[in-house]
Amino acid sequence: MFDFELTATLLGMSFVQEALLAGAIVALIAGVLGPLVVTRRMSFAVHGTSELAFTGGAAALLLGVGLGYGALAGAIVAALLLGLLGQRESDRDSVIGAVLAFGLGVGVFLLWLYPGRASNKFGLLVGQITAVDSTNLIFMVGAGILVLAVLAVIYRPLLFASVDQDVAIARGVPAKVLAPIFAVLIGIASAMGVLTVGALLVLALLITPAAAACRVTASPLRATLLAVLFAETAMLGGIVLSLAPGVPVSAFVTGISFVIYVVCRVYAWWRARTRRISESAEPQAFPVSG
Amino acid sequence: MTAAISLHAARLAYGQRVLWQDLELAVEPGEFLAVLGPNGSGKTSLLRVLLGTQALSAGTVRVAGFAAGQGNDRIGYIPQQRAMDTGLALRGTDLVALGLDGHRWGIGLRGRKQRKQRVAEAVDAVGASAYAGKPLGQLSGGEQQRLRVAQALVGEPDVLLCDEPLLSLDLAHQRLVSELIDRRRTEAGTAVLFVTHEINPILSYVDRLLYLVGGRFRIGTPDEVLTSATLSELYGTRVEVIRVADQIHVAGARVALCEDEPHHLEHAAGH
Repeated sequence: MFDFELTATLLGMSFVQEALLAGAIVALIAGVLGPLVVTRRMSFAVHGTSELAFTGGAAALLLGVGLGYGALAGAIVAALLLGLLGQRESDRDSVIGAVLAFGLGVGVFLLWLYPGRASNKFGLLVGQITAVDSTNLIFMVGAGILVLAVLAVIYRPLLFASVDQDVAIARGVPAKVLAPIFAVLIGIASAMGVLTVGALLVLALLITPAAAACRVTASPLRATLLAVLFAETAMLGGIVLSLAPGVPVSAFVTGISFVIYVVCRVYAWWRARTRRISESAEPQAFPVSG
Repeated sequence: MTAAISLHAARLAYGQRVLWQDLELAVEPGEFLAVLGPNGSGKTSLLRVLLGTQALSAGTVRVAGFAAGQGNDRIGYIPQQRAMDTGLALRGTDLVALGLDGHRWGIGLRGRKQRKQRVAEAVDAVGASAYAGKPLGQLSGGEQQRLRVAQALVGEPDVLLCDEPLLSLDLAHQRLVSELIDRRRTEAGTAVLFVTHEINPILSYVDRLLYLVGGRFRIGTPDEVLTSATLSELYGTRVEVIRVADQIHVAGARVALCEDEPHHLEHAAGH
């Protein structure tokens, strides 16, 4: 299944290099946004957003415009819709479920209308990174720079509002303005994910690496760096592994990111256990009650 | 000197229900004002008005020299204790640092050294140095609450708004936190507005009280307000105020001043 010679040959080709570059950009953005997504408990919202990015992509296929723009439009509509309808926390879950299901249904209908090749359709859901062309690459670079630039401005108050909303608002953080801005950033990242790993697997890049990172460190900066590292490992590793057998990249990307997640959980468990043992082994002069 | 907090002809009503009206209140710099009253009397709503997240139905409000909601970086806020997510990727020092400059734009890479030092001083002042580097979710409620105090004080606020800050603390830490708040206002002239169910831990620090009951209120020193006559009038029923040593206990129907568990109060308010 893993033919090294073939892999090496493919790595020398420009379309593979473009795919790796696109993947690296997506993984960077996903890794940077991920810890905030996990902190804000938005995993399900990310899933809903990426499904609507798929719907947008399907519409773009049908209309014959750039996939990226369709996915982007769908994801931003989703982000704004979820922000608008799901303002009360108690509603949020069901709103996402309802919007997600409807969006997916519309997407399936649009694909049925599309007369072109089936692999294009499949690619929207499970990813077809080698289909990334130079137009898409320009879109990815532009979108990536935009996300990073916006985040560089809002990161600190956004983190404050994410971990500690009441105090953040008391200190003057415009939490109600930041939430939809962040939703749009997620929409852009989801659209980028749809172009590479596909709509169904955006979670593997936006959530899993960050969730793994948050298991092993409580420092926001270190969690972000680790999430980027994990996302890049999964993304680039997944692309390289998928080259020779010719399977969709998403299979390996999700596999690698899940392995990283499991390893991080086991490590966190082991660390907590050894810490408990070393604490209980310390001699105590007095029995401590309570 | 202008007041740190001022409410003029203030009225707050939700539809037909008037929480309070004709409220005139001026808290001077360095003054310690306690806000007391049963649940539903509008204590938390008063905090929201001061923070600018709840608009007055009538009247004006100014905090730290600004209209409410405009000068919030001059305000320190200690919320009610609420458990943090156990998996939260945030350390105690990060929480305190957010109190210093979390409201500013950017990612905060500049001035890291200075921030680190100020955070360390604030953490040390509440006696939390031993555990401030640990993940927040793994700390006890009392430990988290001491970090909350450090978070509110590290920004050197002109006005300190406290919403039941002693709730989850044992007696020793109640004293520690009260003393810290008191020291801030005597040393830096910070005005303190302290919402509480339980007056005794802070009785020696309190300059004046605002006592809210069902739309009525009294403002005055503890000696003026915490009398059987005044409270009986406020509650509209006979209430006895008993002083034991340097503590005050209030006995009577619908009065729960001495309850330290807030859910007891909810029962009391429902009768």
